[in-house]
Amino acid sequence: MDNPERARILQGMTQASDILIVGGGLNGPALALALAQTGHSVTVIDALDVKVRKNAAFDGRAYALALASQRLLAAIGAWDRVAEHAQPMLEIKVTDGHAGTGPSPFFMHFDHAEIEEGPMGFMVEDRHLRRAFLDAMAEEPRITQLSGKTVVSQQADTTGVTVTLDDGSTVNSRLLIGCDGRRSGTADRAGIKRTGWDYDQTALVCAIEHELPHHGIAHQFFMPPGPLAILPLTGNRSSIVWSERTEAAQQINALPEDEYLQVLRPRFGDFLGDIHLAGDRFTYPLNLTIANSFVADRLALVGDAAHGMHPIAGQGLNAGLRDVGALAEVLTLAGRRGEDIGSLMVLERYQEWRRFDTAALAMATDVFNKLFSNDNPLLRIGRDVGMGIVGALPGLRRGFVREAAGLTGDLPKLLQGQPI
Amino acid sequence: MQAHPNTVDPSEIAKFEAMAAEWWDPHGKFKPLHMLNPCRLDYITQQIAGEFDRDLKSPMPFEGLRLLDIGCGGGLLSEPMARLGAEVVGADAAGGNLPVARIHAEQSGLQIDYRHTTAEDMAAAGEQFDVVLNMEVVEHVADPAGFLTASQQLLRPGGLLICSTINRNPKSYAMAIFGAEVVMRWLPRGTHEWNKFITPEELFDLLRQAGLDPVDRKGFVFNPILWSWSISDRDLSVNYVTASVKPG
Repeated sequence: MDNPERARILQGMTQASDILIVGGGLNGPALALALAQTGHSVTVIDALDVKVRKNAAFDGRAYALALASQRLLAAIGAWDRVAEHAQPMLEIKVTDGHAGTGPSPFFMHFDHAEIEEGPMGFMVEDRHLRRAFLDAMAEEPRITQLSGKTVVSQQADTTGVTVTLDDGSTVNSRLLIGCDGRRSGTADRAGIKRTGWDYDQTALVCAIEHELPHHGIAHQFFMPPGPLAILPLTGNRSSIVWSERTEAAQQINALPEDEYLQVLRPRFGDFLGDIHLAGDRFTYPLNLTIANSFVADRLALVGDAAHGMHPIAGQGLNAGLRDVGALAEVLTLAGRRGEDIGSLMVLERYQEWRRFDTAALAMATDVFNKLFSNDNPLLRIGRDVGMGIVGALPGLRRGFVREAAGLTGDLPKLLQGQPI
Repeated sequence: MQAHPNTVDPSEIAKFEAMAAEWWDPHGKFKPLHMLNPCRLDYITQQIAGEFDRDLKSPMPFEGLRLLDIGCGGGLLSEPMARLGAEVVGADAAGGNLPVARIHAEQSGLQIDYRHTTAEDMAAAGEQFDVVLNMEVVEHVADPAGFLTASQQLLRPGGLLICSTINRNPKSYAMAIFGAEVVMRWLPRGTHEWNKFITPEELFDLLRQAGLDPVDRKGFVFNPILWSWSISDRDLSVNYVTASVKPG
């Protein structure tokens, strides 16, 4: 240390919380709110300043929150803060598209009227979601936010874990939770390796304004280079997520706005009337990365830190919020039994609950993508017939609607809208 | 260098630390106890909360309660009780586990009074508790009636005894001895003697004879498909648990 005096002073600065969360994006704050609600003190560390994260300009990013995720947000007191900015998704239409020749005659149509619970989900802009979480955390006395700081090292022992920050201060807690994304430093520092692969695909993401109303209908077109989704935002706006081979995606993204739109328009036709861009453009290379373990002694990984998956069906955030619900429930129940919440014994229950579900979802989206991002004529016929069958059978269709709403599987209490 | 509070011999400490790690390893040789533990703790905490009107959602709900864990072993029940705020005495007639339990409690930052003694000796010394836990003990003692009487004497009037054991029938023989000891090797062979198992009716009679009012009984049921335990109102055919209150 170049300045031993300063190091000594900073070393004396130690904070303590029951739980320390690294990553203040979306899953981190959701988990902090859920755990604070059941009596835990929580510290949330993020490298970015709160002001930067609250920046309210629309950048084009949005999420399809499944109904179950919306229920979790309501249960942790964040939904009221985004409700007015949320667009209900009333129907989903899935079509096997083919640029130039128009949509295939077979398509699947899922209507929320098939289930009694409500809309299948809501489209919410990234900025509204982030601000809702930050405001909710600021009002919760059990949550401490450490912003503009990064973790330098972490050390687990028999009672807890000590994390050292870049300013030399330390934070002690009983449990460290990595909500720090698919390149999780928390997982790296714990020596947790990852398994995964890259697709030669990149997602192009943008928001558009369109002439005609969308009526709350989400569209998914399966095209040979990759899927294209049109997801309804509030007003006459939609979020577009569109995959192409990586090289083509980079070329398209570099085009000026009018040429970019010229590439986009023929892919889904003119049913929304005239379109233009309503925000920034983004690209995300598609890859699958799953941590070999979701837990270690005094450590748990949540969301993309545990499983970064193909965003084909917009399931990344929804899967993360399922992790949040499951982990908050496991820790809270363990705490009420007097168990050590940072022990592997307790944390493995979370891993058992989420790992199978996650692996199944990652595999399904992978297979789905391979099946549909393909121009093989036999596969085309097969999937068109398959879609026709799903569309014709109400029972199967209802199953898909419930799946899209996130209502299937062993649902954590918070995702059923119930307190723990 | 400061002397270790539990030290007798430094080489012993390393051995006990290794044993503590083994006791508390969820995949180690006490795996069956770890698997059953959440169920046992759910039952115990809910019974205590009900009897003493405590809110399990509050921090340290058992503050002010004095609790005795008989047959405490490595402290798998003593530690959670201490974490919930109870003043805990852990007693074990086999002294070998106690240094292990002490080291683990200290590593966990918990205050627990572990003693090498028996229920009978503590009762004779006039010790008094709000709660006595006899979990998976009564099937191992030579004189169940005398043991339960001593447990009753250790309770203050209005105090709670929680006692779990294994039923005696062909199914319990198949599950607890043939299944757990011989096939799965979960438990060392000879851990259980089937003729010492007690039916719920016999246990209720013994509890009444000891001067207690049995108030509840439930089954702990292992589901081999989900590979986990749950509490059952009806199925007491193998592992089961009872709650009794000392009148007064």
